[in-house]
Amino acid sequence: MYAQNVDTGVKKVRGADEMSADEAAFQARIDEGIKIEPKDEMPAAYRKTLIRQISQHAHSEIVGQLPEGNWLTRAPTLERKLILLAKVQDEAGHGLYLYSAAETLGASRDDMQADLLSGKAKYSSIFNYPTLTWADIGAIGWLVDGAAIINQIPICRCSYGPYARAMVRVCKEESFHQRQGFDIMHTLCNGTEEQKAMAQDALNRWWWPSVMMHGPRDGDSVNTAQSMQWKIKLFTNDALRQKFIDQTVPQADFLGLTIPDPELEWNEETGHYDFGEPDWDEFWNVLKGYGPCNQERLQARIDAEEGGAWVREAAEAYAEKQAARKAAAAA
Amino acid sequence: MTEAPNMDNARYEYLLQLGDSDLILGQRLAALCGHGPALEEDIAMTNVALDLIGQARFWLSYAAELKGEDADEDTLAFLRDAPAYRNLLLVEQPNGDYGQTIVRQCFYDVWHFFVLQALMQSTDTRIADIAAKSIKEVQYHVERSGDWVVRLGDGTEESHRRTQAAVDKLWRFTGEMFRSSEAEQALIESGVAVDVATLYEPWHAHMQALFEEATLTLPGDQPMQTGGKAGEHTEHLGYVLAEMQHLQRAYPGARW
Repeated sequence: MYAQNVDTGVKKVRGADEMSADEAAFQARIDEGIKIEPKDEMPAAYRKTLIRQISQHAHSEIVGQLPEGNWLTRAPTLERKLILLAKVQDEAGHGLYLYSAAETLGASRDDMQADLLSGKAKYSSIFNYPTLTWADIGAIGWLVDGAAIINQIPICRCSYGPYARAMVRVCKEESFHQRQGFDIMHTLCNGTEEQKAMAQDALNRWWWPSVMMHGPRDGDSVNTAQSMQWKIKLFTNDALRQKFIDQTVPQADFLGLTIPDPELEWNEETGHYDFGEPDWDEFWNVLKGYGPCNQERLQARIDAEEGGAWVREAAEAYAEKQAARKAAAAA
Repeated sequence: MTEAPNMDNARYEYLLQLGDSDLILGQRLAALCGHGPALEEDIAMTNVALDLIGQARFWLSYAAELKGEDADEDTLAFLRDAPAYRNLLLVEQPNGDYGQTIVRQCFYDVWHFFVLQALMQSTDTRIADIAAKSIKEVQYHVERSGDWVVRLGDGTEESHRRTQAAVDKLWRFTGEMFRSSEAEQALIESGVAVDVATLYEPWHAHMQALFEEATLTLPGDQPMQTGGKAGEHTEHLGYVLAEMQHLQRAYPGARW
């Protein structure tokens, strides 16, 4: 999802009888649903995994500004422009409080950002796809934010307090984002033939990347099992994916759009939709840096960082001068 | 022609002047969203863009009502070509480096503040209302861009050099702000419009004090570039509009 394939660093999830007394006590708190707070004792692996997950989530918000930001100057009405600006600004805000949540675990924002720019830290695969038409802005809100909400609502109940609380606020804003995306799609689908075609084309391109946002199939993932034991992940990737598909198919029907999956079919027995297999090779390629826009996205962040260095240096130098002036005046 | 339609036409033109400058500057700033020099700054600058485009909508909606027919804020924003745009030349200048972005902003913000302050007394109550609503936001814009001019001017050697260069580059576009267009002149006597010539002194005094704090030098008298309010723009506006109007032009009549 916004954090995909987060490494927990463990080889095997241990049962209570294999834990030290401290670990067992920690796990007991988690099992009882007591929130872990920044100053509490916690296993090093829990801390490290959370930093990875939260920072990856934060990076996704920041890089996530770019594909939609691409259409800020071309939004078709002033109202759409304002709404999109507010949405992309929200994403920067989400990034900010997620970085802050990670900082409560001892990570520094500078280090996290350096890891993003060096390519060491990952962000969600979804933001490496291009926004080619205005309908892509609708599709992102509808599908990408829709998928994000499904993942993030459970995180509001995760075991780490600052992350859970940040997510409450994020989710409120995400639901507005999803509605604006759906509204763009709805308007296009009720518009001219060209607009409908634009909407269908956007769905065709964004469907599978959105389905893959939930991360790889569960299989025997030790990371998923460990994260679930720690309650920093509450549902498996496949469960979240199913929920996303079940929720989205009727919406596509309502819009009169066709989901590009010939195997998609309602299954009376399971009460869920059956669906086809995404192209996982593509997923791994995008994650490894070989998606359509990986280079552009990272370069945009590097340019902002490097181009803004002199501005940040100036602000620091000025603050130092001011402090020195105050000290001199007080002396 | 009777006097009344003339006055309405002047008022329409005047509203375009006010709305277009807000819109074009907001459009310029929107392009920076996601690319700011720091996350907090990105958010703050986007706020200013939101404010300006929001204010543009008030002015353009009022203008559209005067124009009648099928005009609305969007037909005015998206279906007028550059010669029909009435914005100041200053706001269509490229973002450049952050020094240029900030200096452009500061020149505009302070002027904008004085204009709105005067327009709160406009005899056109609709204009007075929009001005009163907008000035609260613009007061914050003035503080913010002024703070940055000081920080950049009195920051490092590099930031000082870049910011002074931006001042020297953009100064030629400031004269226009204080020269009334024909439309403005027609509206001054009745108290609808502000006589911008009277705003030069407070604006200049504000800049002088600010620049002194920022250790920057205000340029002296020099020939000024004008024409924006009459639709004679710099080469930049055509590109701004080509990008902004792309969808409305490519799919005429579609609703979005």
